[in-house]
Amino acid sequence: MLSRSIFSRQLLCQSASALRSTPTTTQLVTPFLRPVLANPVARRLLSDATRQAIDKAVASAPVVLFMKGTPETPQCGFSRASIQILGLQGVDPEKFAAFNVLEDQELRQGIKEYSDWPTIPQLYVDKEFIGGCDIIVSMHQNGELAKLLEQKKVLAIEGASAEEQQK
Amino acid sequence: MLSRTVLGLARAIPRRPFSAAAMASSPSPSSSQTPVEDVIREKITAVLKPSTLEIHNDSHLHAHHKAMEGSTSRETHFRLIITSDEFRSKRQPARHRLVYGLLKEEMDQEGGIHALQLRTLTPEEEEKQRNEAKE
Repeated sequence: MLSRSIFSRQLLCQSASALRSTPTTTQLVTPFLRPVLANPVARRLLSDATRQAIDKAVASAPVVLFMKGTPETPQCGFSRASIQILGLQGVDPEKFAAFNVLEDQELRQGIKEYSDWPTIPQLYVDKEFIGGCDIIVSMHQNGELAKLLEQKKVLAIEGASAEEQQK
Repeated sequence: MLSRTVLGLARAIPRRPFSAAAMASSPSPSSSQTPVEDVIREKITAVLKPSTLEIHNDSHLHAHHKAMEGSTSRETHFRLIITSDEFRSKRQPARHRLVYGLLKEEMDQEGGIHALQLRTLTPEEEEKQRNEAKE
């Protein structure tokens, strides 16, 4: 239970701050930029600022999930299923970050183009795109996800000290 | 590309009696009760030549979701099971991208497909799963 609350808190902090931590990305929340989104052509052009912000988000932790809502209160069944699976797999909260795309319209559109993937959630491990909910579920079922997460050393080790985990 | 555009137009402006181009490219989608499902079947069949194609419309299960507020479409959530040779030597993300690519127009559209669950297999994988299920 303890690990779970650490999980969520860290996620919330990350999701709120990470995208706004650089001067370039603060533009993303400026409402004056929004009208550009109304043009369907412009909407598909991922700006450098957005791309950099997403680069940073993807690199913010070894395991990154772009989702609707927060890990505590997912706003979509597919996001919920994905976060539950990562929890079941025992992903180390210290090595995990979630980004709520509903908080930021630019991120919501941008991540789709960035990943060449039209739906949310999206999972990245070590900056590599893994897939959406269906892929997460099937990799969970066939054991590939456990293998990947173990290989990338992103699982919390029960009873091990923090120092040992880092090795 | 052309047929796609025409299709999109045909669906955007339903009941246009003499739309010859639309008639030529698809069996009058405007009169169908399931225009989106028809387009999904048509595009996937044409490109992937699937040996299995199941299209499940799960929209009713999601009609009460917040994201569906104001939506009048009864075709927003689909679950597809596709078995095709075209998936051979492609990993799952590539297979899904292929399907998403085919249905890009329908997914991008306001009020179009909101969620698309995919199960994409090669004939061998399907066979293997069937055997495993028997055991």
